Amino acid sequence: MQKIEAIIQPSKLDAVKDALIELGVQGMTILEARGHGRQKGHTETYRGREYSVDLLPKIKLEMVVTDELLDSVIAAICSTARSGKIGDGKIFVSRIDNAIRIRNDERGDLAI
Amino acid sequence: MKPFCCSRLLVLATLSLLPAAAHAQSPAPVINNGDNAWMLTSAALVLLMTGPGLALFYSGLVRRKNVLGTMMQSFAMMAVVTLLWAFVVWSLAFSSGNAFLGGLHQVFLHHVGLAPDPFYSPTIPAQTFMVYQLMFAIITPALIAGAFAERMKFSAMLLFNTLWVFLVYAPMAHMVWGKGGLLNFSAIGMGRLGGFFPSLDFAGGTVVHITSGVSALVCALYIGKRVGYPQRDMRPHSVVLSFIGACLLWVGWFGFNAGSALSAGTLATSAFVNTHFAAAAAAVGWSAVEWFKRGKASALGAISGSVAGLVAITPASGFVTPMSSIWIGLIAGAFCFFMVTTVKNLFTYDDSLDAFGVHGAGGTIGAILTGVFACSAINPTYRNGLPTGLFEGYPKQLLYQFAGVAIAWTIAILGTLLILFVVDKTVGLRLSAEDEETGLDLSQHGEEGYEFDMDVR
Repeated sequence: MQKIEAIIQPSKLDAVKDALIELGVQGMTILEARGHGRQKGHTETYRGREYSVDLLPKIKLEMVVTDELLDSVIAAICSTARSGKIGDGKIFVSRIDNAIRIRNDERGDLAI
Repeated sequence: MKPFCCSRLLVLATLSLLPAAAHAQSPAPVINNGDNAWMLTSAALVLLMTGPGLALFYSGLVRRKNVLGTMMQSFAMMAVVTLLWAFVVWSLAFSSGNAFLGGLHQVFLHHVGLAPDPFYSPTIPAQTFMVYQLMFAIITPALIAGAFAERMKFSAMLLFNTLWVFLVYAPMAHMVWGKGGLLNFSAIGMGRLGGFFPSLDFAGGTVVHITSGVSALVCALYIGKRVGYPQRDMRPHSVVLSFIGACLLWVGWFGFNAGSALSAGTLATSAFVNTHFAAAAAAVGWSAVEWFKRGKASALGAISGSVAGLVAITPASGFVTPMSSIWIGLIAGAFCFFMVTTVKNLFTYDDSLDAFGVHGAGGTIGAILTGVFACSAINPTYRNGLPTGLFEGYPKQLLYQFAGVAIAWTIAILGTLLILFVVDKTVGLRLSAEDEETGLDLSQHGEEGYEFDMDVR
């Protein structure tokens, strides 16, 4: 089992979500987040006072998938969330030891 | 008690002489239902300017933790000033007294009935005029809150504004509009009602905007900057609220200016048209300069510009032509942009919501431009049809306008300084640093404007 954390542009969420569901990803958690990588922020001006805003709104997707699904999920996120410009986001992958379904105590791949 | 009785007798004696005297110059007072309908509507429109208009305009510009506290600074005036007005302040402002202040013979609205007062408004009940003027007394101290936003105690704000209505508003209103006031321009019964310096102020450029704006500057300087200003992020938490507020101010201003005709006739039409044109021109003026200087025209800039134009046209609205009002708006929009962006940063005072930059500066330029553009064809009652403004060939009026401005600035500075000192030494002006971090909403009122917790209810 692998955990995928993908940080993407908010405008790409629908496309990414649809692609993942089509692949057979059973569930995901979505968080509204703020942050920045190499992308620079922007400036806002209110009555002549300038503020530089460097934490920008992002969407963070979290999901746990089987090892077999991993590569196709990564490919699907990359192809749907990519605009080619700086600020498209990142994907982090980590190994998961176990998963438990609270309702019936199923374990491992069955629970995800 | 004795002087009070004596003065009352004196007034009764004077009043009994008045109808005959008034009859010589103006028609006998008969209530006109059309006028009364418009004036009651106007009174409601002016109240709409304070709540929700000003309350939304200001509270959108503060940080999220201060949204309710800022709204309360407006709303509290709707309640508190109303009572003060009914008890004493009306009498101090509008009953007859000397050239600077009214008397006490109309305290508790004594003798303010449903019959018209021919000196102020011969066609509407005296109570309509009284309640209409009350709405002005409500919004004026509420405007000052823009300068001490996010850092003054609620108790201090209440005490400050209470004293301010007595010490600054009542004398200024009496001087400009009251019977025998020093600056009264009114030609009804010239020599008796008209003042020494007839300064043209149709709807309160000096009384409302200069006094509140200049007092705001004094407050900002006396109280000091907000913790962390200007380094910290103090962006407006919702320009959307401010946007709605500004649009309500624009609409309410028709009551403020066109209502100041005190009748539903042609003068009200002039003031209505001028008000609208100046607001539009000032929004264009501010936005154009902003676009040119900063590359973008902002929503906050456009609405701030319209308010600046509304402020500037206030004294002029019943004296100028529509084309003049467009000039006044354009000039005020550009001028206030400069005051709010460049001048404020140059002197580094924290006039948080630009009460001075918009109301003080806009009110001052408006008062002066009134003397420049005033036109006898629009308002022939002042000077009986003779030239009234600089462009018409009456430069003396400009001098009177400067006198009005100077007196308004002086009384605002002195009165506000005295009141700030008294409030500071008694209840204390500023929030503690800790309360300022927490915000007005929680520290002063024990509640929050927005509930974002993820609970299920």
